[in-house]
Amino acid sequence: MTRSRKRVDLWTWIGIALLCLFLLFFIYPCVRLMWEAFYTQEDGFTMKSFVKFFSKSYYYSTILNSFKVSAAVMVLCLLIGIPFSYFFTFYKLKGRRVLFVLSLLCTMSAPFIGAYSWIMLLGRSGVITKFVESTFGLKIGSIYGFNGILLVLSLKLFPLVMIYMNGAFQDIDNSLMEASANLGCTGVRRFIKVVMGLTVPTILAAALIVFMRAFADFGTPAIIGEGFKTFPVLIYDSFLSEVGADYNFASAVSVLAILLTGIVFLLQKFATSRFTFTINSLHPIEKKKPKGIAGFLMHAYCYILIAVAILPQIYIVVDSFRDYKGQVAQSTYSLSNYQNAVRKLLGRSITNTLVISTAALAVIIIIAVLIAYLVVRRSSALSHTVDTISMLPYIMPGAVIGISLIIAFSGRYFSLIGTMTIMVIALAIRRMPYTSRSATATMMQIPISTEEASISLGASKLKTFAVITIPQMSSGIISGAILSFVSIVTEMSSGIFLYNNRTITLTLSTYTNISLGSYGTASAFATITTLVTVACMVLYLLFTRGSERMSV
Amino acid sequence: MSVGIYIHHALKKYGDVTIIPDLSLSIANGELFTLLGPSGCGKTTLLRMIAGFNSIEGGDFFFNDRRINDIDPGKRNIGMVFQNYAIFPHLSVRKNVAFGLKNRKMPKEQIRKETDTFLKLVKIDEYADRMPERLSGGQQQRVALARALVIRPDVLLMDEPLSNLDAKLRVEMRTVIKNIQKNVGITTVYVTHDQEEAMAISDRIAVMNAGVIQHVGRPKDIYQRPANLFVATFIGKSNILKGQVLRDDSGYKVNFADDYEVSVPAIDPARARIGEALLSVRPEELLLMPTGYTGPGIRATIDDSVFLGLNTHYFVTLDSGEEAEIIQESQIDSILPPGSKIKLTVNTDKFNVFGVDDETSMMQGICNEVKAFEEEAVRK
Repeated sequence: MTRSRKRVDLWTWIGIALLCLFLLFFIYPCVRLMWEAFYTQEDGFTMKSFVKFFSKSYYYSTILNSFKVSAAVMVLCLLIGIPFSYFFTFYKLKGRRVLFVLSLLCTMSAPFIGAYSWIMLLGRSGVITKFVESTFGLKIGSIYGFNGILLVLSLKLFPLVMIYMNGAFQDIDNSLMEASANLGCTGVRRFIKVVMGLTVPTILAAALIVFMRAFADFGTPAIIGEGFKTFPVLIYDSFLSEVGADYNFASAVSVLAILLTGIVFLLQKFATSRFTFTINSLHPIEKKKPKGIAGFLMHAYCYILIAVAILPQIYIVVDSFRDYKGQVAQSTYSLSNYQNAVRKLLGRSITNTLVISTAALAVIIIIAVLIAYLVVRRSSALSHTVDTISMLPYIMPGAVIGISLIIAFSGRYFSLIGTMTIMVIALAIRRMPYTSRSATATMMQIPISTEEASISLGASKLKTFAVITIPQMSSGIISGAILSFVSIVTEMSSGIFLYNNRTITLTLSTYTNISLGSYGTASAFATITTLVTVACMVLYLLFTRGSERMSV
Repeated sequence: MSVGIYIHHALKKYGDVTIIPDLSLSIANGELFTLLGPSGCGKTTLLRMIAGFNSIEGGDFFFNDRRINDIDPGKRNIGMVFQNYAIFPHLSVRKNVAFGLKNRKMPKEQIRKETDTFLKLVKIDEYADRMPERLSGGQQQRVALARALVIRPDVLLMDEPLSNLDAKLRVEMRTVIKNIQKNVGITTVYVTHDQEEAMAISDRIAVMNAGVIQHVGRPKDIYQRPANLFVATFIGKSNILKGQVLRDDSGYKVNFADDYEVSVPAIDPARARIGEALLSVRPEELLLMPTGYTGPGIRATIDDSVFLGLNTHYFVTLDSGEEAEIIQESQIDSILPPGSKIKLTVNTDKFNVFGVDDETSMMQGICNEVKAFEEEAVRK
């Protein structure tokens, strides 16, 4: 009798190799981080850092601040993003393509550029502030601190809500809308009872991603937060403090941050699990023509929202051509900022950005495709372990990943500090959960029978994977990859810990110039970053032929 | 070159769950053999064991005298048509069909020639350079068939190939499949849960239930003399009535109700059991007697009727309380209204008698080859 043996094939080895990679570059740094939080050279095992954290409100208020501002951003994003998406999906708005593209551009730009630009517009000596003061004699409230972060992050993150909700709204079957009207429920009541009810899982998913992004953001609070300190800023300060770095304290704060995001993540999962259902969408929603005063208001809402959100981007571009004398803007325009930028490593920043981002993207795609195949086709304990580990960075703010890598790889014998490798690793880990998720979802769409057909027709397993499986995944992967590329290019929160003069990138150059007060030069760097973003967006739109479904 | 398929004592388990306990089967060279059964009966599992996509926990599978248990799926020389066709969506029709030939390192010229031949055979040649998404379900089905046949496989396996098509196309495609199969003359194993499709297409059918083959035979054998009650009810429609098997000097008799007794010469003395029995009478084997008939019969009341043109179906309750369906060729005069009292007789040549306990048939003339395989397997 022939017994089926559990065969150890190529895929088992790939699974083991992936596991080792994650253990070395992700789990090991995390363990070192925890170790650092609880262990010091002088005291051995100690809770000293935690005691220090909770003893001063200067410290513990950072986590509260982070939580408060993230929750506020989340609520505000939902409040402005859901109606936006509703108008966008249910009505034939004029110029909807433009709205869509511009909102993508807002969310894809580097976060702190918005903060920087809003300061120049609404800050103490901002353009709008001065204009309002001199014309109306009015004072605009402070843009620094909580309000500023809320403004900047909400305007940057609400398009994420839109992207999520567009997908969910498009999945609503039109007959459900008709059935509800038939049963006497229309208008606002129908929107709340039926439309919102059907999209609860997506709303929760959107809420989570907005919260996580806001919570982890370093650049915005660093630039516009001033006295309102959030925890990534605290980590940064204690890590790179001039009085001497306190690794133990930074690690302890990181551990607390992960705990908090972990709890939020689990709460969201629990909430989502109570709303599981599937919609059989045979008849998609038919878009109505907006009419009358309601139609006008809808258009006004969408256009004003997008105009405000895109304003900082436009201002930066204009500002990049303005002459500066020291920190003072002049009324003449030239290319002087770009000339300054060239002197300040512009060439190196661009090269580094492209090299690091491309390398990180390649690593991410290869690993994500392999994980997707393992999880969907080779379901085993090993596959699921690798998959779960690859998802963990989702709850880890970039700053935490940054310092855990520094702690792990700054040894005397094996050091990666100051190399491009460590930046690639950090970016790959950061972006892995998103790409891995979408690759797995794409993989699930591929019927296994095409692979069986290929094998039955004499192709080897490897050939089947290369010729049949990967091409079927490619459209999903490529569109995801372009978006990943953008977010890698504009990512800063992990890089800020890892860069040096040799490995500086565009976003880091922008940030350093802002913090040095070289505003014009910073604008030039920011404009070039935006150009890269726009180029990627154009590529993305060409590739997806303008599909309004996307995963971020 | 087509082969015969011989399966001896196949065993399939998923963990501790046994799907197929012990199954033996012979499929002759060139025949179209159907595995028929309700969903979950193990028919697709068996097909995938032949194809090599499911592991074999026990038993031997032979193509002629070549044991295939441990041969890779790609080396078994099998053509397979999948339920969802499994057309490669990123390759054109021609590239789909040529895929198997390319893996065989055939020269380009020959690939082109062979591909054209089979595209013509399935009448899809005019779409050769289209992408699959621009084909209808029926056309995709033809591509799948061409792709499976072009490699000149020893065996063609088809897993519910028509279940994704609409009713009309299903009928059309099954004729196409049958004709092409006869043209090519390839041994084919066909899986379906649709008994009408199985009857229409097959040389022989194996009816399966719970991983066990219940009856193997030609469509006619299975319909007219089912081996057991499961087959009788699964193939076509059967009214199952309670009755008695009796015996007197003139032979075997069956008693339906108190005054209706018929003589059944087709009962096999070797299988007959006197006493309680289950009678399987198909709707067309129940005869509705004209009003005024006073001879023996089963008394019943009409509950409802459905006029379907060629036939009229009556749903009746017998005086015993049992319900039954009758199919009668539609008459020109009016349909009997609900509540009408009627008398029924039975076509004594056709109906079947089964034991109460083991539900096996008591009839003569059962052509069931399950036993024969088992004996043959023992000899080997």
